[in-house]
Amino acid sequence: MTAEERALFKIRNLCVAFDLFRGTLPVLDHVSLAVRRGEKIGLVGETGCGKSVTMKVVVGILPIPPGRIASGEIWFDGTNILSLHGGRLQDVRGRIGLIPQDPSASLNPVFQVGTQLRDAIRYSHRHRNLSAKEIRRLAIDVLAEVGLPDPVRNLSNYPFQLSGGMKQRVLIAMALAANPELLIADEPTTALDVTIQEQVLRLMREAIDRRNLSILIITHNLGLIREFTDRVYIMYAGQIGETGSTRDLFNRPLHPYTKGLLASVPKLTGEGVPFGIPGTVPDYLNAPSGCRFSPRCDRTTEVCASCRPEMILIEGEHRVACHLYKEEQEDDPQAG
Amino acid sequence: MILRLDDIKKYFPVRHGFLQRKMEYVKAVDGVSLAIKRGEIFGLVGESGSGKSTLGYTVVGIHRSTAGKIIFKGEDLATRQHMDVRAISRKLQIVFQDPGSSLNPKRTIRQTLELPLKVHRLGTRRERLGKLRELLQKVELPEEYLHNYPRALSGGQRQRIAIARALAVEPEFIVLDEPTSALDVSVQGKVVRLLLSLAKEHDLTYLFITHDLSLMRNVASRVAIMYLGKLCEVAPTSEFFKNPLHPYTKMLLSSIPVVSEEEESLKPERSVPKGEIPSPVNRPSGCGFRTRCPLAMDICAQEEPRRTLVNEEHEVHCHLFNNSRIKGDYDWND
Amino acid sequence: MTYITHSRLSKSVDTFREVWYKFSKNRLSIVGLLIVLIITILAAFAPYIAPYPAHAGRFVNFPEASQPPGSRHLFGTDVNGRDILSRIIYGYRFSLMMGVFVLALVVPIGVTLGLIAGYFKGTLIDTVLMRITDIFLSIPPLVLALAIASVLTPNLTNAMLAISLSWWPWYTRLVYGLVSSLRNEFFVQAAKATGASTPHILFREILPNCVSPVLTKMSLDMGWVILMGASLSFVGLGVQPPKPGLGSMIADGTQYLPDSWWMVVFPGIAVMIVVLGFNLFGDGIRDLLSEEEA
Repeated sequence: MTAEERALFKIRNLCVAFDLFRGTLPVLDHVSLAVRRGEKIGLVGETGCGKSVTMKVVVGILPIPPGRIASGEIWFDGTNILSLHGGRLQDVRGRIGLIPQDPSASLNPVFQVGTQLRDAIRYSHRHRNLSAKEIRRLAIDVLAEVGLPDPVRNLSNYPFQLSGGMKQRVLIAMALAANPELLIADEPTTALDVTIQEQVLRLMREAIDRRNLSILIITHNLGLIREFTDRVYIMYAGQIGETGSTRDLFNRPLHPYTKGLLASVPKLTGEGVPFGIPGTVPDYLNAPSGCRFSPRCDRTTEVCASCRPEMILIEGEHRVACHLYKEEQEDDPQAG
Repeated sequence: MILRLDDIKKYFPVRHGFLQRKMEYVKAVDGVSLAIKRGEIFGLVGESGSGKSTLGYTVVGIHRSTAGKIIFKGEDLATRQHMDVRAISRKLQIVFQDPGSSLNPKRTIRQTLELPLKVHRLGTRRERLGKLRELLQKVELPEEYLHNYPRALSGGQRQRIAIARALAVEPEFIVLDEPTSALDVSVQGKVVRLLLSLAKEHDLTYLFITHDLSLMRNVASRVAIMYLGKLCEVAPTSEFFKNPLHPYTKMLLSSIPVVSEEEESLKPERSVPKGEIPSPVNRPSGCGFRTRCPLAMDICAQEEPRRTLVNEEHEVHCHLFNNSRIKGDYDWND
Repeated sequence: MTYITHSRLSKSVDTFREVWYKFSKNRLSIVGLLIVLIITILAAFAPYIAPYPAHAGRFVNFPEASQPPGSRHLFGTDVNGRDILSRIIYGYRFSLMMGVFVLALVVPIGVTLGLIAGYFKGTLIDTVLMRITDIFLSIPPLVLALAIASVLTPNLTNAMLAISLSWWPWYTRLVYGLVSSLRNEFFVQAAKATGASTPHILFREILPNCVSPVLTKMSLDMGWVILMGASLSFVGLGVQPPKPGLGSMIADGTQYLPDSWWMVVFPGIAVMIVVLGFNLFGDGIRDLLSEEEA
């Protein structure tokens, strides 16, 4: 079976557009990705590549209008989220936990940590009628799980009394308290220092492995992706360019954008300052109808700008959407 | 020697308590001594709260130092009078971290770039326009951008404008405060390369403030690490990465997420960073790092570590290296 | 040459279309704009539009006194036989004049003080300016204006002065808040590090970034100033008879309630419409400017 079929969560051919005065911006162009149970998946891209829009659609916070879901499906455990409404939608969303980007902006400054955590627990366990005592117990347990020192005392702290790393732990605790099956983390450590980032990633990894959760981690930090994830999707200007196991993708990048991105990271080996990728991200209004990376690509051909490259299988789970590569394993029934 | 910092301190008063009677100090920079050579790119690395930016602002005069000497080309800037601020600010410029907020959104690129020329009364209107065109050329932007507002520019282009603004008055020394950390990785390289070629062309000296050690590996001639307002270690770049000594340096190096196996092998043995960065208001006694240090000893809580020269150019501020233990190799037992 | 003019023209047409697109997203803003436009036209061309321009002054026609609304007098007549519609149109003229003059006086003063106090936050200048502002703010504006207006001779100018005196602190407060965060922006730091003068930083760097909120407040305030003017005029401290003030018309009419209801109801509705119109219009301006920031 392919990754897509066994997936707990999958996005299929998602197209999202923004209707603005300037015109319609086709931001997401046939985005597909899948997360299996217990998998750690990375979605990597630079500013404006559409990774946050993808997250917003999944979590249901995309402002509509100006946003518009033009086509596509988002499947979670056998149901298409986009076709659900009301209570049923809430129930499915409740199984997806969100770890937000900016820990300081994501906690309400006027309520104690405990109040916010208990509210989250009360809502996510609303079908179970927990007593106040049980909720408190759960809150303390989950804070201990994320390694917050002295959880009992921290329940009565206000967010400003906590450091950035501590706040992020609280937010992770909030997400975990709902017993989700999938976590979506949007740049979970961007606001944190490297030494703190290391701690937070470690505890996230432990919690995920312990609870056998899946996680979709959205970031621009390639190093973090390499250390944390099993599989990666590379996104550029609203298109998925390449996907594969983290090891394959870092050891043998195929898509010119992936190669350029990896080469752009300054290396500890001291090979000099990288050149980066020439050009800038295209304006979505005038984006090429084909491969959106083609204007910046050094190996572009005639077909690139006009014809959208299909995702083709190279080896194992390594797929690339680039006209430079041809389908080689025609006999593989799962390919394509 | 173009710039020497001699025991620089910068304290910010914070009032709190009933009727704001209680006065405490954030010791953002607490006794830093450095010497920067002409033409070098000096990397200053630290995490948030380390005081690295405050130090940079103090050097260019945005903050007044609480104590210490800033000696620029033999002149003490810390005692600078109101009169010569202009003359000196010409020689010392700064490029800020976030090009989104360092350019006034309501002023055109031309207005922004022309300001330093006007302030320093350089040239006539026509000469200034010529100079602006030349500046844009230097930072590799088309001159049509003069009439644009920052909104119309990408992050990388804005940062080029910020660099052009710093260059406008022909400085000798530029403080670069995280000039690329707000930029995408695919454009960072170009901006850094531009900075390097400008340095060569104009004989500039940079104080490059950043949290990105991997970048410093490729850019700086020397690197200094700051933690809670004090220096931990200063060394030439190659020595710094080959033979890091301070436990904090090792912790930092081992925490950097890297993208290849070769880099992984260069990192010091992995140690789990522990604890939180303390607040600069309540700095731990003795060595600021002792609360997180895996090798903390009794003396670390009692005494501040002195500056120890491991060799001519490699200094470290750690009790492990005081006197006898100068060799610098110790077991890293986690 | 022609090419340049053409492209300039088409560019400004584009800008206008974009502005209109943003403004008109909320239908109520268009209603507000229409009301404001109509009232402005009425006020500006009152002598040509009012059916009986002479009725706005010293005019008596007892045979037609206290007539209910009808074909000759759409909104009826008052006890002196004057056409209420004509008097409302002229009343708008004085009301708008008051709004414009008050804001023209109050905004520069309030904004400048706010700029200075905000920029020198934490110094003596800040303390002195803001405490004075606070004192003015702590007195309810209507009471302050009433007190001032009753000391001075009651006329339109003094009513405007009175309202102005109670209105500037709001702008000082608004701008003070904006400046105390703007002054820490890097572009201000950069200008300072360059050695730019304080007036340059205040008026060229910081002020342009305050324009949007100030404009929004101004368009909302027009309605409030007019309402306040009507209140003063209601107690006899505004436009003096025989000139028509919207407030004094209501006050005069109350003696003849409930029989001659039109003497109160129409001026009342007139006040309501102008205040509502400016509020809706102000909301539209806010939408327009705040989106421009994004």
